[in-house]
Amino acid sequence: MSDAQMFQIRTVEAPRLPAPSSTTGVIGWMRQNLFSSIGNTVLTILGALIAWALIEPLIEFALVKAVWTGDDRTACLGADGEHIGACWAYVGDYMQQFIYGRYTTSELWRVNTVYGLFALLLVPLLAPSVPYKGINALLLLVAFPIVAYYLLTGLVIGDTVILPIVETAQWGGLLVTLVIAVTGITASLPLGILFALGRRSNMPIIKLISVIFIEFWRGVPLITVLFMSSVMLPLFLPDGVTFDKLLRVLVGVTLFSSAYMAEVVRGGLQAIPKGQYEGAMALGLRFWPMMYLIILPQALKLVIPGIVNTFIGLFKDTTLVLIVGMFDLLGMIQSSFADPSWATPTQAHTGYLFAAFVFFVFCFGMSRYSIFVEKQLHTGHKR
Amino acid sequence: MSSDTQDRAGAPARASLLNDPKARGLFYQIVVVVGLALFFWFIVSNTIHNLQRLNIASGFGFLENTAGFGTSQSLINYSESSSYGDAILVGLLNTILVAVIGIFFATLLGFLIGVARLSNNWIISKLAYCYVELLRNVPLLLQIFFWYFAVLRSIPGKREKWSLFDTFHLNIVGLRGPAPIFEPGSQFMFYALIVAIGAAFGLSRWARKRQDATGQQFPSFWAGLGLIIGLPTVVCLLTGVPVHLEYPVFNETGPILKRGFELGTGFNLIPELLALVLALSLYTAAFIAEIVRAGIQAVSHGQTEAAQALGIRQGLTLRLVVIPQAMRVIIPPLTSQFLNLTKNSSLAVAIGFPDLVSMGGTVLNQTGQALEVIAIWMAVYLSLSLLTSAFMNWYNQRMALVER
Amino acid sequence: MSNKILPLVIGAAMGVGATAAHATTLEDVKAKGFVQCGVSQGLPGFSNPDAQGNWSGIDVDYCRGVAAAVFGDANAVKFTPLSSKDRFTALSSGEIDILSRNTTWTMSRDTQMGLNFAGVTYYDGQGFMVRKDLGVTSALELSGASVCTQTGTTTELNVADYFRSHNMPYEIVAFDNNNSVVEAYDAGRCDVFTTDASGLYAERLKLANPGDHIVLPEIISKEPLGPVVRQGDDQWFSVAKWTLNAMINAEELGVTSANVDEMKASDNPGIKRLLGTEGAFGEPLGLSNEWAYNIIKQVGNYAEIFDKNIGPDTPLGISRGVNALWSQGGFMYAPPIR
Repeated sequence: MSDAQMFQIRTVEAPRLPAPSSTTGVIGWMRQNLFSSIGNTVLTILGALIAWALIEPLIEFALVKAVWTGDDRTACLGADGEHIGACWAYVGDYMQQFIYGRYTTSELWRVNTVYGLFALLLVPLLAPSVPYKGINALLLLVAFPIVAYYLLTGLVIGDTVILPIVETAQWGGLLVTLVIAVTGITASLPLGILFALGRRSNMPIIKLISVIFIEFWRGVPLITVLFMSSVMLPLFLPDGVTFDKLLRVLVGVTLFSSAYMAEVVRGGLQAIPKGQYEGAMALGLRFWPMMYLIILPQALKLVIPGIVNTFIGLFKDTTLVLIVGMFDLLGMIQSSFADPSWATPTQAHTGYLFAAFVFFVFCFGMSRYSIFVEKQLHTGHKR
Repeated sequence: MSSDTQDRAGAPARASLLNDPKARGLFYQIVVVVGLALFFWFIVSNTIHNLQRLNIASGFGFLENTAGFGTSQSLINYSESSSYGDAILVGLLNTILVAVIGIFFATLLGFLIGVARLSNNWIISKLAYCYVELLRNVPLLLQIFFWYFAVLRSIPGKREKWSLFDTFHLNIVGLRGPAPIFEPGSQFMFYALIVAIGAAFGLSRWARKRQDATGQQFPSFWAGLGLIIGLPTVVCLLTGVPVHLEYPVFNETGPILKRGFELGTGFNLIPELLALVLALSLYTAAFIAEIVRAGIQAVSHGQTEAAQALGIRQGLTLRLVVIPQAMRVIIPPLTSQFLNLTKNSSLAVAIGFPDLVSMGGTVLNQTGQALEVIAIWMAVYLSLSLLTSAFMNWYNQRMALVER
Repeated sequence: MSNKILPLVIGAAMGVGATAAHATTLEDVKAKGFVQCGVSQGLPGFSNPDAQGNWSGIDVDYCRGVAAAVFGDANAVKFTPLSSKDRFTALSSGEIDILSRNTTWTMSRDTQMGLNFAGVTYYDGQGFMVRKDLGVTSALELSGASVCTQTGTTTELNVADYFRSHNMPYEIVAFDNNNSVVEAYDAGRCDVFTTDASGLYAERLKLANPGDHIVLPEIISKEPLGPVVRQGDDQWFSVAKWTLNAMINAEELGVTSANVDEMKASDNPGIKRLLGTEGAFGEPLGLSNEWAYNIIKQVGNYAEIFDKNIGPDTPLGISRGVNALWSQGGFMYAPPIR
């Protein structure tokens, strides 16, 4: 009996055994997350049933039983007993109106150009790795609005018609939704910052005015603001001075959302430690350079989620203009229901589903992007 | 160099006025005030001029004139011969009705979904996540339209119904159920209810005092509930049940127009109200769910661990440790969601529910008194929001951490 | 900071149509070169846009007539679609020059709201539409019915008066725009849809199955529809009044757009005065003497407009009825041009 037999020294590492199958892989994951206890199992089954009950009819309505082609309502009446789902043929037929409203058909290229330019300028601005942000922003915020304005409304110099005038009453659909949303968003941010600074100001009167402004607009529903801009504003102006209806709505929407923006920005300003202000002042910076270089970049970064939420809110609120008789995307869809040639039992469902899809894509996209930017800008203070 | 110093030395009086923050501040403020005054003077003078030029009547005298139009839903006694003022009051009460019902359901659903979002169960938390993202990212007006115009076409017509326990019936004219009819003598039940609520309140204060003093617990919640339910029931039985239920009458024969529910029988929630409350609660619940989730997550894990270390059971930990602290974070944004819901109820105008904006709009149309009606709207909504802010300030002060 | 420029640019360029306040609307209109006419947001036969945004209807043709009278060009007109809520403010603020939007002439509108009605383009009355399968033949059988209508209209008031005066219970469901009313009625929310009878025929076309609905014979109100102008500008008021009168007189005198050139040679002194070959009736209005000729030549007389837009050969299929000339048993009666 040698010592070697009494004990054993292992010189080779034992092969690593896989974790027990009950804790890894699909089964393990399911055990942990779905069936960890009896109560949990019941919940899982219940949840799955709810999900199925919601998703199954939606898929059946939107895809399986849908009608994709057709010339009028007869295609969507479900005469064959099978296709009694969404009537996408109707959406296809109305697509031009949903996207451009009643914009003169021969001039549609102008709207398309504006859409294209906007996308062309916006995408590189949003993508963090693309250089020349400054020029890009300048183009988007200064050159683009001017170009877009003339492209959309028309250009007449003297008596020569370069681009025929298309009145705003003819605009509609997604065009109006985007014009209101984009203008409101770009205009409400600087205004909101101004009022937020005003509210934090040491000057009592400026502060009072800012507080009154912010609380007034935040206290009333947007719909009364829109009524005010469409019914009351004309009375405020001198004889013979009239505002375009779209512009009146734009003013109302901008003032309204700038009050919300102001509160969001104020939250960011309050979160900046006093030392930052004192440091800036110690460097000899005046008020505006201090704000522009030190305070606002930090404050705005802190409140990006809030700002984007305000944007999303504004984007959704553009639908309210249909109540004052303008035809945004939802308004256009709503008014297309009056067309007897597409009147079917599923027309309303189809139209609303389409609108919901479009709005969801825009709003969800914005909120995802804000999360992305938040992570990008999250410099320091990491735990 | 020397001149520089001289300049500095010689200039303070002049430079101080230009660079003195106080003087500059005063100057800016004066500019703003003058600008604003000019602006408002411009608006007011234009308005007065326009009203005179156009020969439009002004003032609130029209509120006493006969309205002449009916309404589908009213909490007070309103008929066509009531005044415009009454019509606006009907609208205001309807707004409050929608707000109260909507807030109740939105809070309930919001808490449920907020907690579900934090569930360990993957399916449940994903379902809650999808709910929140879907509902938050689709415009409310679209949701209202969907519930009203799209769903309206899918429920039974006026001459048919879906029934639940043969008591509640749903069809296109609304949700009908039995209406309690109070006979003379039933006022004692209301008195009993008020007394019971007061007593329950007193009881809970007494119980807390006793617990603070002696450590003995008293089941004040159940006792209070018993009081509030029991006392009116006893009074009801004593006074000989002065309440009976009136069931809606459904005619299945006769001329087709007369079939369906008879007007004014039973209790009816009109479909406009149903659609509005449904849309508002579902939409706001998505926001409340996020608030609740954030609130619960804001309670540091150390708190739960400490509670466990003390041997407090799971349910009690939630009730005594987590929720009270989470509520501190939840309540302020929750109130502002309540206010949002109230303001959003103004979208009722799109589906013909007679809320404040809708009724006011009708009055505006019939009388042409745009300034006055809009002033009433603004005043009502502003006071609602000021009340809410006041409550929030009070609550924040009460709930602020008392540092010892 | 640069993004503040966007609203400024848009504001400066797009919006403020600062028509330098001239003394009169007519001068204003002449200066800008077109008539701005307020119309409905879509009511077939009266003012309705097609998919390309071209407007048609009796109210639209009236505005074309005004443009023809002022400019000799019936196309010198722009249309502003208005809801029932903002129609009067749009007029009083000067956003539009004339409101031709199936608007009922009532005393309070005429006196309290600073409006002037220039005449009646269509004598209407409020009617009821129901589903055929209800088996209802008279409005008096509608006790207990639910009624869909539009808020803020005279219709809403009339229906209340009617049911009250006949002691019939009813349920009112009122929406703020016409499309919603039609949609709710079509969905079966209401038994009855009420609006001006002409509107009923027009809206019936929007229903899924127009043949399933009938319009009841009762007319429960007077709804004289006509163009409206602002108070305090008598000259423009006269232009509006006499455009309509010229159309009606032309029908009475047998002048149509087809024969107006021949009629210029007519011996009938009435026709001569109408077409401007005798007298100078245009000048006091601030118009050319050809004003009525232009209206008739380019737009047509009243009968032509009626037949083209809402007459028996159109989908609306409305017969002249009370809107026939006074000489044919109707109400259409224009003061003579003399």
